[in-house]
Amino acid sequence: MSDEFNPRTARAEIAIAGARGATAGILSDQPRRDVIRNSVFASLLFLAITIALVGLALLIGDNLIKGWPRLNMDLLTNGTSSLPDNAGLHSAIIGTLWIMAFVILFIIPIGVGTAIFLEEYTSKQSRWARAVEVNIQNLAAVPSIIYGLLGLAFVARGPLSLGFTVITASITLTLLVLPIVILVAREAIRSVPPSIKEGSMALGATRLQTTRKQVLPAAIPGIATGVILAISRAIGETAPLIPLGAATFVTYDPSGPASGFTALPLVIFNWVKQPQAEFQVLAAAGIIVLLAVLIAMNSFAIWLRNRYEQRW
Amino acid sequence: MQASDIAASGPAALTKPRLEAASPRYGEKLVIGLLAASAAISVITTTAIVVSLLVPSVEFFGDVPIKDFLFGTDWGPTFTPPTFGVLPIVVGTLSITFWSLLFAVPIGIASALYLSEYASPRSRRFFKPILEVLAGVPTVAFGFFALVFITPQLQKIWPGFLGDGPGIFSALAGGLAIGLLIVPIIATVSEDAMSAVPNGLREGAYALGATKSKVASRVVLPAALSGVVASIVLASSRAIGETMVVLLAAGNTPNLTLNPVEPIQAMTAFIATTATGDIATGTITYKTVFAVALLLFLMTLLMNVLSIRLVRRFREVYE
Amino acid sequence: MNSPKFIAMSACVGVLAVGASACGSSDDTSSDGSSSTPTGLSGSLRIDGSSTVGPLTQVVAEQFNAENPDVEVSVGESGTGGGFEKFCAGETVINDASRPIEPEEEALCKKGGVNFEQAQVANDALTVVLNNENPVTCLTVDQLAQIWTPDNPANSWSDVSDLDPPFDADIERFGPGTDSGTFDYFTGAVNGEEGVQTKDYNNVGEDDNQTVTGVEGSEGGIGYFGYSYYKENEGNLKAAEIDGGDGCVAPSEETVQDGTYKPLGRPLFVYVNTDMLQSDEALDPFVQYYVDNANDISPQVGFIPMTDEQQSKAESAVAGS
Repeated sequence: MSDEFNPRTARAEIAIAGARGATAGILSDQPRRDVIRNSVFASLLFLAITIALVGLALLIGDNLIKGWPRLNMDLLTNGTSSLPDNAGLHSAIIGTLWIMAFVILFIIPIGVGTAIFLEEYTSKQSRWARAVEVNIQNLAAVPSIIYGLLGLAFVARGPLSLGFTVITASITLTLLVLPIVILVAREAIRSVPPSIKEGSMALGATRLQTTRKQVLPAAIPGIATGVILAISRAIGETAPLIPLGAATFVTYDPSGPASGFTALPLVIFNWVKQPQAEFQVLAAAGIIVLLAVLIAMNSFAIWLRNRYEQRW
Repeated sequence: MQASDIAASGPAALTKPRLEAASPRYGEKLVIGLLAASAAISVITTTAIVVSLLVPSVEFFGDVPIKDFLFGTDWGPTFTPPTFGVLPIVVGTLSITFWSLLFAVPIGIASALYLSEYASPRSRRFFKPILEVLAGVPTVAFGFFALVFITPQLQKIWPGFLGDGPGIFSALAGGLAIGLLIVPIIATVSEDAMSAVPNGLREGAYALGATKSKVASRVVLPAALSGVVASIVLASSRAIGETMVVLLAAGNTPNLTLNPVEPIQAMTAFIATTATGDIATGTITYKTVFAVALLLFLMTLLMNVLSIRLVRRFREVYE
Repeated sequence: MNSPKFIAMSACVGVLAVGASACGSSDDTSSDGSSSTPTGLSGSLRIDGSSTVGPLTQVVAEQFNAENPDVEVSVGESGTGGGFEKFCAGETVINDASRPIEPEEEALCKKGGVNFEQAQVANDALTVVLNNENPVTCLTVDQLAQIWTPDNPANSWSDVSDLDPPFDADIERFGPGTDSGTFDYFTGAVNGEEGVQTKDYNNVGEDDNQTVTGVEGSEGGIGYFGYSYYKENEGNLKAAEIDGGDGCVAPSEETVQDGTYKPLGRPLFVYVNTDMLQSDEALDPFVQYYVDNANDISPQVGFIPMTDEQQSKAESAVAGS
């Protein structure tokens, strides 16, 4: 700035200073009150989600601490016993494996089939498709114990009359988790770009060929993720199995689709109900095993999705 | 004769490409039929559920007047003489749901706001999996947690001025455990709704001088309201249908009370306790179980339909 | 790759591997004293019924299974009444019962074409339990009736007449459901008529363990179940002495066997489907094993063994079938 007094620049400076003053009031540091209010608000929100985190940590930690003495190989190799020292998860694991084997066998064709049908062969506007969609959404919200009653009335007795066997449990659980598979499979199929399908059909392929050779292979990682999520949901379900007369005590390992069954969450449930301290330890250990399996499965599903997800 | 007919009948007719397959592809029709059958299975399931619940219930209501069932307060269907007033167990279920929502709604909405408005990407990468893990914990673990951790802690910290603390079984213990269970439902669905709020709304508010907390609470939350309400309705439906937690921690005493420290019996607990190990078809006990199940089904169905409507609304508003 | 995910993957594979390796070995439930070589006996036995007798049957089944690994035994606990419904429909081969079969049930079995035999396997002191904080040690039948009657049951211990020493906590009742033989027996002995009882109680169904948990955790708690549930939890609960008219008697092996624990001493039975004895080769050996070994197994799991007289009666009931 020159030493000369220049009225024009002086006016400019005053104007600039005035403008600065005015905007500073509005755009500068917020008043202290607002800063505090913001921090308090943000902290409350953070506190809330931390509470959820703490709740989960307490749940896992409490079980880990309580169950630690029994977290060893014996837990997995001992069978059912009324004496806590001899009790273990062996029969339960076999039962769960048998039941899940059949659940996988059922949900893949039915779930993927439904998803393909809804995505490829029906128009979004058709009433039939809308009805099925709404249906599936409602089924996803039905309490799980009602599926158990459904299994009692129609699968164990009634038209199918399969008795209280592994296959009955599998069918019941299949119906329970089918909406999950359908939902995820639909997302997977939907995410395949139309250009792939159109290109294939332009080359003369039928719709079915397109689906089989182009869409499905591209959607497989998503579908696999959905199957794994469904299975991990089914593994942890206890309520639907209760009305199916899962015998509380069996001396044998479930040996096939027609045999009586027990399952991991059922055995844990029985242990939880026993008041003796040793059974509480067993229950905690059993829960840790169940949680470990579930977390491993979910991580695997996420890894699968991330690894094989195609970016179009 | 027109030009098109000449063209159609000329050499072009011999070489015009046909878009249909030369032979009807029966194999394909069969496969499509199978696919349609798969889709039908979900419809058949719903029908089966409704039928399996309705048939014994209709028989039940042939013996027991609906008014006595829905409005009676004496629940003793297995006693002699049996009484069928379902209110105590309905109130039991609603009491537990109330306490669970009291815990889960503030935590869930606040968590959703945090994740949607405040969290850094690293923070999100940490907290979202936590919520997913919480959503995946099996319910028997929650029930055990309620029984061996929540109940003793409640008894320890219960302030004297509130009267007697909870006993070994209480609606509150069950409610808190279920509350923790449903937090992920409220958090994830609300967060979806909040993310769908267009940024333009936020930017406009900032431009008008709002602070971040005001934007979050006065702009985003109201804009996402129908999604948030949908999440609460979904969570309530889940809480109403929850079995294992109430079975282990809330007791089996049909008790017409909203007092959280008292033991109650939820509808699901009644079903699970009575329907163990194949109950005989056709007995009054069997019919009662299915009548209660029908009531439960209708309650959750109603809530689910409501939440679908709300979700559709929040999606439509911004598209 | 992301290391946490890798670890999770390995954990998953590890768990599966462990499960698969555990699959290979057959389950080995240890038991005391059985050293016979496994027989070639095979079959499948469905047992159901009383939750009082159930635990004894379970241990018998475990030990029997150790000697006969190809016999599959399943033991449910739907309650004596619920069990009879299935037994008379032919769905189970043995019904555990904590009370004798009733005339309606006999008629049901006749209708279902099921012939049966009854054998006693143990005795039971139906035990009334109180919280350790409760100073009361003895209850008369009349006092029990005041607590469990359907008309205006006492809600606080201070409402119970002639309570010695006085106690004023709120009463919290825990008890089995109406399918339970224990329920039938208790209500018959205390309230004078089977099935008559207040509904204001925590109905644990057939899960007597919940009664244990409930009374343990409730200062004014009172519950009732079979003696073995008390023995299994002896330090955590108090067994009330019962005054059946001749003074306070504590439940024990002696007082049940000599009949002084009244009116709550009772025999425990199994009912066996005699038609199945021919068709299922494992049934008769199991029943014989049960009756022969019941008295040895009973004390191990808190049951009261039979007197010699009862034992020989049971043996002759199942012999020659």
